[in-house]
Amino acid sequence: MSELHTVNKSPYEKNSFDSCIGYAQAGSAVLLFEDGVYAAMSGGATEAKVKAAEGVKFYALGPDMKARGLSVDRVIEGVEIVDYAGFVDLAAEHSKVVSWV
Amino acid sequence: MKFSIQINEGPYQHQAADSAYLFTKAALEKGHEIFRVFFYHDGVGNSTRLTTPPQDDRNIVKRWAELGEQYSLDLVVCVAAAQRRGIVDDGEAQRNGKDATNIDPHFRISGLGQLIEAAVQSDRLVVFGD
Amino acid sequence: MSEDTKKFMYLNRRAPYGTIYAWESLEVVLIGAAFEQDVSLAFVDDGVYQIVKGQDTGEVDMKNFSPTYSALGDYEVTKLYVEKESLEERGLTLDDLMHLTWEDEDEDWAEKDSIRLVSREELAKVMEGQDVVFSF
Repeated sequence: MSELHTVNKSPYEKNSFDSCIGYAQAGSAVLLFEDGVYAAMSGGATEAKVKAAEGVKFYALGPDMKARGLSVDRVIEGVEIVDYAGFVDLAAEHSKVVSWV
Repeated sequence: MKFSIQINEGPYQHQAADSAYLFTKAALEKGHEIFRVFFYHDGVGNSTRLTTPPQDDRNIVKRWAELGEQYSLDLVVCVAAAQRRGIVDDGEAQRNGKDATNIDPHFRISGLGQLIEAAVQSDRLVVFGD
Repeated sequence: MSEDTKKFMYLNRRAPYGTIYAWESLEVVLIGAAFEQDVSLAFVDDGVYQIVKGQDTGEVDMKNFSPTYSALGDYEVTKLYVEKESLEERGLTLDDLMHLTWEDEDEDWAEKDSIRLVSREELAKVMEGQDVVFSF
């Protein structure tokens, strides 16, 4: 079963992101939203971790990035931007949603 | 597909209540069914009709109420969490001898079993929290 | 178990008392037990602090809800997964945790340990097999 994991906390404040990627199996997806979108930005401490997570697809919520002044041009390579409708699609496509609140 | 939503945080303090609303709205607009929205922990605060946010800000409670009205949503507030935090409907006021109520009529207070039932009955449970 | 039976996991990642999440999560577990689902609890990150033994809340004037974990066996909640890495990261061992048990009806009420110490990798597999994961 493939899972959608969601992370809504900054990786610089809490360990939700690290815990999440420790659990995300190959074939699953991670959606970064709210303050979680900071983990999607290149040049930071999360870039190597995102790239090392083999078989895990990363998404970031566009509206949360825009709200925080984060440029789509600076997301880590391979991270896909989605809107709320895309978030719903991801939740529907995966067999369950695990929230790393 | 049938979704249920669990909200752990109150309005304004955390974005969780906003994200949950926007997710729910997007799901409904895509034609999905929302079996239930369950408000837990401080999330019960999303149901008080007595909030008065500034005019230029979103009214989170009213937004839920309107979405609830439009789609006949089952907006359920956990009774145990509500009692702790002073969210009161007519029944609760009567049972616990309170002199006022504050719940918006689009919400209903019920037990935790409603959350479990929602998880059993729905294809997906999506949790929004701190 | 009926066809309505789902595999429920309660994911506990927060310490007790500092916030109410742990206690209110346990309330869901207790109510949920009546629904006869296949239930397991996962203690990850600060969640492992929830089941540390010797909790005494007398001087902070809060309800000590730790004894409730000992009652979970009576509610047929018998699978408590504790993540080894989280425990070690905090300088804890199994001996620091409450001794939580359940009685196996099928084996003449033999007392069995509820706590299953598992690695992150093992717990990730268990999580993958769940139908629903509750987070608080």
